[in-house]
Amino acid sequence: MPQLLFKQGRLIDPANGVDQVCDVLVTGKKISLIAKEINGASDAVIIDAKGQWILPGVVDLGAYIRHQERKATVETESVAAAQAGITRLCCMPEHEKPTYSTAEVNLIQEKATRVGNVWFEVIGGMTVGLKGEQLTNMGGLKKAGCVAVSQGHHKFASLDVMRKAMEYAKTCDLKLFLHPMEYGLIGNGCVHEGAIATRAGLPGIPVAAETIALAQILLLAKETQSGVHFCRLSSAAGVDLIRQAKAQGLAVTADVAAHQLHLTEYDIKDYNPLCHVTPPLRSEADRNALRQAVADGVIDAICSDHQPHDIDAKLAPFQESRPGISGLETLLPLTMKLVDEGALTLEQAIGSLSFRAAGIIDQPVGSLSEGSYADMIVYDPKVTWTLNPQEMLSNGKNTPFGGWTFNGKVTQTYTRGLRADINSIEGDVE
Amino acid sequence: MKSKLVPGPLPSSIQLSEDGQLKHFLSIEGLPREMLVEILDRAEQFVTLPNKAQKKFPLLRGKTVMNLFFENSTRTRMTFELAAQRLSADVVNLDIRNSSASKGESLLDTIRNLEAMNCDVFVVRHHHSSAPHFIAKYCAPHISVLNAGDGYHEHPSQAMLDMLTIRQHKPDFSKLTVAITGDIRHSRVARSEIQALKTLGAKEIRVIAPGTLMPVGIEELGVKVFTSMEEGLVDADVVVMLRLQKERMQGAMLPSEQEYFSLYGLTEQRLTLAKPDAIVMHPGPVNRGVEIASSVADGPQSVIMQQVTNGIAVRMAVMSMVMGSQSKGLS
Repeated sequence: MPQLLFKQGRLIDPANGVDQVCDVLVTGKKISLIAKEINGASDAVIIDAKGQWILPGVVDLGAYIRHQERKATVETESVAAAQAGITRLCCMPEHEKPTYSTAEVNLIQEKATRVGNVWFEVIGGMTVGLKGEQLTNMGGLKKAGCVAVSQGHHKFASLDVMRKAMEYAKTCDLKLFLHPMEYGLIGNGCVHEGAIATRAGLPGIPVAAETIALAQILLLAKETQSGVHFCRLSSAAGVDLIRQAKAQGLAVTADVAAHQLHLTEYDIKDYNPLCHVTPPLRSEADRNALRQAVADGVIDAICSDHQPHDIDAKLAPFQESRPGISGLETLLPLTMKLVDEGALTLEQAIGSLSFRAAGIIDQPVGSLSEGSYADMIVYDPKVTWTLNPQEMLSNGKNTPFGGWTFNGKVTQTYTRGLRADINSIEGDVE
Repeated sequence: MKSKLVPGPLPSSIQLSEDGQLKHFLSIEGLPREMLVEILDRAEQFVTLPNKAQKKFPLLRGKTVMNLFFENSTRTRMTFELAAQRLSADVVNLDIRNSSASKGESLLDTIRNLEAMNCDVFVVRHHHSSAPHFIAKYCAPHISVLNAGDGYHEHPSQAMLDMLTIRQHKPDFSKLTVAITGDIRHSRVARSEIQALKTLGAKEIRVIAPGTLMPVGIEELGVKVFTSMEEGLVDADVVVMLRLQKERMQGAMLPSEQEYFSLYGLTEQRLTLAKPDAIVMHPGPVNRGVEIASSVADGPQSVIMQQVTNGIAVRMAVMSMVMGSQSKGLS
C-alpha cells in the first residue's frame, strides 16, 4: 500500500485535544502512525511539513451546488472545495430537481469523487419535488447513502406534513436538516427588518420568522423524538432557543454560515447584491451572539452555505437579485479570521469545521488519530493573501469578500490518503 | 431629538461628480444642505405665475430625456415631461410595463439598449428600491439618472417640491414642526421628506400612522413616532398627508377605509389642533374621504395645487443641474 509521511508538521486535532509537532504516517486510506519522529518508512513519499499545520479536512454541512440549474457542476465545485481544504461536503436538495432517487445520489457521489476527490454527502429531499406534500422514499435514500433529508428552502404544505416527515425520517434513521424559516412572516422580505431596511426601503424579514419556525420544530422534535439539525441560524434569539433546547437534553444541533459571523445588515449599504442572503444578515448584536454561540458550542458547526450564481443573478436591483454567496473557498479563511480577531480559539475554530460537524452527520471523520481516515489538509499559517473573486475555482464568483485579506492558506488537501489533484482536472468540466 | 447615527445604505457618493456637482439625483440622503438649497433657489427662478405665458429656456437644447416608467404614474411623468420641454429638451416616454421588460428582458439589457439611442437623462420610476441607483451604477458615464420614485425607498423630486412649497410659506426650517401622516411604511415620499427636513434643519419631524403602516426602526431616522392623530397634530406648522393605497386593505394592513378615515383622516376639526397658520400638503392623487376630507383638501390651508406647480420648477432645476447648466443663463 502506498505510504505518505508528513514530517514535522504541527498537528492540530481538536477531537483528541492534540496540538504538537510530530510525524504522521499515512498508509493507504488511513493514518497508521503518529509519533514525535517516524523512521524506517523507507518507501513512503516524504512531505516536508515543517512550519506548516496539519489539520483535519473540513466537513462542510451545507452547500447548494446548483448543478441542475447549470450554475455549476458537481465537478467544478468538488475541485473548488478540495482546493479550499474541504474533504467532505453535504449537498442540499436542489430547487428544480431535488434529489429523491437513489440513482441520483449515486451519480453525484461518483462524479464528485472522480474529479476533486471530495466526498459528497447527499442530503435527500424530504418531500417529492420539495413541494411539501408527499414523503420521499426515505428508506431508499438511506440505503443509497444519504446522511440526512431536508426540505431545503421550501415550505411544507402544513405542519401535519412536517410532523409526519419527521416521524418517517426517524423510522428510517435519517437526520433532518431544517432551515428554520416561517414563510408566512417572510413574504417578499429580503433583508433584516430594522432601521437599515426601513431607510433603504427594502422589505424586511423579522427575527420572529426564525424563532417561530425554531419553536415549532423544537416542539415537534421533542414529540417525535427525531434528530433535527438546524441549518443557518441568523439571530441571537434563535441561539437562545437552541441553548434552552440543549439544556433540556433535546438531541438537536445547529450550524451557522461563515458569512453570518462577519457581515451584518450594514453591509447591504449601497444595495450590494452580493450581500443578499437567506436568512438575511442581521444586526451586530446578532452577529456577536452567533460568534459567542460557536465558542460556547451551542452552535455546533460553521458551514459554507455555498450557493454559486452566474453574474446575471447578481446584476440586478437588490430585491431582484438571487440570494446566496459562493462560499466554499471562504469557509476556512473566514473561520480562521475569527481566530485572528480573538472571537474563537484555534481549537474552537477547527473543531467547528471538523469533528463537531462530522458528529452531526454521524461520520467517522474530522479527527486525526491512528486508524482514522486520512482526510487532512496541510496549511501554511504564514501566507497572507487577498481574495480575488475571479481567481476562485467555483463556477460562482459571487462573493462579497473580494479584496479581504486572510492569514494562512491551504497548500495540500488529502481525502482518504489521496491528494486532491487540482491541476489535472481542468478541461474535465462541462 | 436624538437620532442614532447608523452607517446605513448611502447611495451618495455616486450622486455627486468629483467636483461636487450633482451628477445623478437618486436620493435626498447623502446630499449636502447646500445642494438642497441650490435646488430650491434654482427652482424658485423657474416658478411661473399661473396667468403668465410659459417661458422656454434653452438649457437642455439638443439633449434627450427619456422617461422610463416601470410603474404607473400620471402626475410625476407629466411634470418631468413638461419640465424637460420647458428646458428645450427632446422627450421620449417609454412605458416599460408594456414593452421589453414584460418580455423577460433584464433591466441591464433594457438600459444597454436605451443607452445606444444616445440619451442624456433617464428619469426612472421602478417598483423596486434602488433600481435607479443600480442603473446609475451601470449606465454609460455621460448619462444622468433621476429617481422618479423607487419602491419604498425615495422620491427625491417630490420631497424637494414639498420643501419648496414649505419654504414659500415658512422660510425658516429651524422653527418648523412637520407632521407626516399615513402609510409611512410603504411611502418613498415620507422617507425622502424625512431626509430633506433633517438636512434642512427642521425643528421636529413627526410621523403619524397605525402600527401596521409604521416601519420598524423609523425612529432611528430622527423622527418622533405617533400612533394618535390627535397627539401628533398638536402645534404642527406643516401637515403632510400621504395617499392610502387601496391594496392596503388586503394583507391585513387595515380593516377598512371608513375606519382609517375615522382614526387618521384629516378633518377640519382635527386640523384645528395644528397651528392656526399650518399648511396642508398631499403628494396626490388625493383619496377624498379616505385620508383627507374634501373640505380640507380644498380649504384655505391646503397648498396641494401649489405643490403641483412647484413640481415642474423643481424638476427643471434638477435637470438643469445634472446637465451642468449654469443658472446665470436664466435671465
